[in-house]
Amino acid sequence: MIQLQGIIKKYRTDRIETLALEDIDLHVKRGEFLSVMGPSGCGKSTLLNILGLLDIPDGGTMTINEKEVLAQTANQHARFRNQHIGFIFQSFHLVPDLTVVDNVEIPLLYRKVANKERRQRALHALEQVGLTPRTNHYPTQLSGGQQQRVAIARAIVGEPDIILADEPTGNLDSQMGDEIMDILTTLNKQKATSIVMVTHDQLKADQTNRIVRMFDGRVVD
Amino acid sequence: MIYHYIKTSLKVLARRKLFTAVSLFGVGFTLIVLVVVTAMIDHLLFPTGPERNHARTLIVESMVMRSPDRGSSRSGQMGYRFLSRHVKTLPSAHRVSIFSETDSALSFVPTGKISSEMMHTDAEYWQIFEFDFIEGEAFSQQDMSAGNMVAVINQTTRRNFFGDNPALGQEINIDGQSFRVKGIVRDVPLIEYHAYSDVWVPITTYKSTTYREAMMGDFRAAILAEKSDDLATIKAEFQAMLPLIDFPDPKQYNYMNGGADTRIELLARDMFNEYDQAESSAAKLISIAIGLMVLFMSLPAINLININVSRIMERSTEIGIRKAFGASSRHLVVQFLSENMILTALGGLLGYVGAAIVLRMIESSDLIAYADFHLNFRIFIVGLGLIFIFGLLSGVYPAWKMSRLSPVQALRGGQA
Repeated sequence: MIQLQGIIKKYRTDRIETLALEDIDLHVKRGEFLSVMGPSGCGKSTLLNILGLLDIPDGGTMTINEKEVLAQTANQHARFRNQHIGFIFQSFHLVPDLTVVDNVEIPLLYRKVANKERRQRALHALEQVGLTPRTNHYPTQLSGGQQQRVAIARAIVGEPDIILADEPTGNLDSQMGDEIMDILTTLNKQKATSIVMVTHDQLKADQTNRIVRMFDGRVVD
Repeated sequence: MIYHYIKTSLKVLARRKLFTAVSLFGVGFTLIVLVVVTAMIDHLLFPTGPERNHARTLIVESMVMRSPDRGSSRSGQMGYRFLSRHVKTLPSAHRVSIFSETDSALSFVPTGKISSEMMHTDAEYWQIFEFDFIEGEAFSQQDMSAGNMVAVINQTTRRNFFGDNPALGQEINIDGQSFRVKGIVRDVPLIEYHAYSDVWVPITTYKSTTYREAMMGDFRAAILAEKSDDLATIKAEFQAMLPLIDFPDPKQYNYMNGGADTRIELLARDMFNEYDQAESSAAKLISIAIGLMVLFMSLPAINLININVSRIMERSTEIGIRKAFGASSRHLVVQFLSENMILTALGGLLGYVGAAIVLRMIESSDLIAYADFHLNFRIFIVGLGLIFIFGLLSGVYPAWKMSRLSPVQALRGGQA
């Protein structure tokens, strides 16, 4: 589904250049639940950002469904993300000024979906993550686990082909973390949604189909 | 989508109270000043009182007269001789009135001293300027011919002289002359300065008749056209008349120049001292006025731009989220511009209310005699335009700057 070949990413400041990713080859298959592990600063999140077209590499090729995507414009990338990718972030990244249901509606705003249908689909996604009673709360009124469930509802509301989760359980206690993993596993099994998850937690990684290990910007295993 | 933008804007404004208050104050205060200025300009250019026929009226107010060698000159208002012989006779003019500048005049009454503004006019004056008569009527051509000592007074003068007692037919003594009150009109605001006065008396009541032979003096003329399309023809006739002027002493003065102007042209002529030319620089005056307005708006707009940039950068994570989930730069520019327009519109509403209060205060302060600066639909539309320009000025740059952030950069809080 997603094929990376020879991906290089450098970060530059005035004085130094840091190689964040070096010659990365990776293939994410349709319906696969893949975890990426490695020490802090090894390039896991950078890899995830490139997979999600949030960041552009300095070298290499990337094909999604056998189509080269790196040469596309920023707007084409935005459209692709909207149609095919869902994101879950470690720090949830909910919009504090919007209610839970309004947060979940965000991906559908950028599709031509009528107001009523948008609301119905957001409520359905919240139902899937068990948050129906909290639809009109604001993010700050929820616990960390509940906020991450809202973020998952937002990631799945558009029924994406792939979900990219950057340490989705990193800010949660173990019980909450397990609940989130259950939701992701169910999603992967029932809807065949591909999931790439960055994690430091070996136990969580063990629940996925495949583990990719990184070190100093390279895939080592 | 628009519904979502409006809802989000209102929520953001409600939740960020300090920012909202500071922004609303800035926008509101700017618009108060601009709407007040607009209202004054509107009443100056589009009067609704006696000068309501302004669209088909030309005014001849100031000209220049030169000697044969052009070394000696006089500029200022015209004399009765020039206006009566050469302006009154313009073929396409529907009506022409000759009237004086207002002069301060004193009256002594048992209760003390009354100071009034007094104007000398002909009878046609009352057919060009449409006064609201409360009682009685204007003086007529018959009054002029008979040399009747009659006067029209405004309601303030009536109150000053007579209190609540009847005034019509009573005598008033002004500057040592007695006049019988023939009509009482509503007060005319100073801003309608061709109709403004406290007392109007016939030209024929001047103590001396020497004014009749003067080429330059204290007089002005108002030319009423049958329809506004005729103004250009009248202007052309005025210019064609200038070389044919019958000067009483051509060896002393044999050249006159100037023009017949609409209100805006007259304003430009006075402002730029353009007495020795046919047309004044009205377009230049309009450009300067627009430039000053934009300049005046720019300062608070720059301030609002700064506030908006920091506000938007505070929300860079939201921008990152929206970009991650598919928002294009255009979506985000429209969203943040909509928010700014809503904020500006709310500030504009406050501006209107504030402007109405300020205008009422100006009216009651006697700063401008008999001022009547009510807000009307035209001022509302201009205000709406100003709000729109202000919203764009202060919103476009922050929205554009924000839309340039990469999703990753935005998610990191705007840091590269």
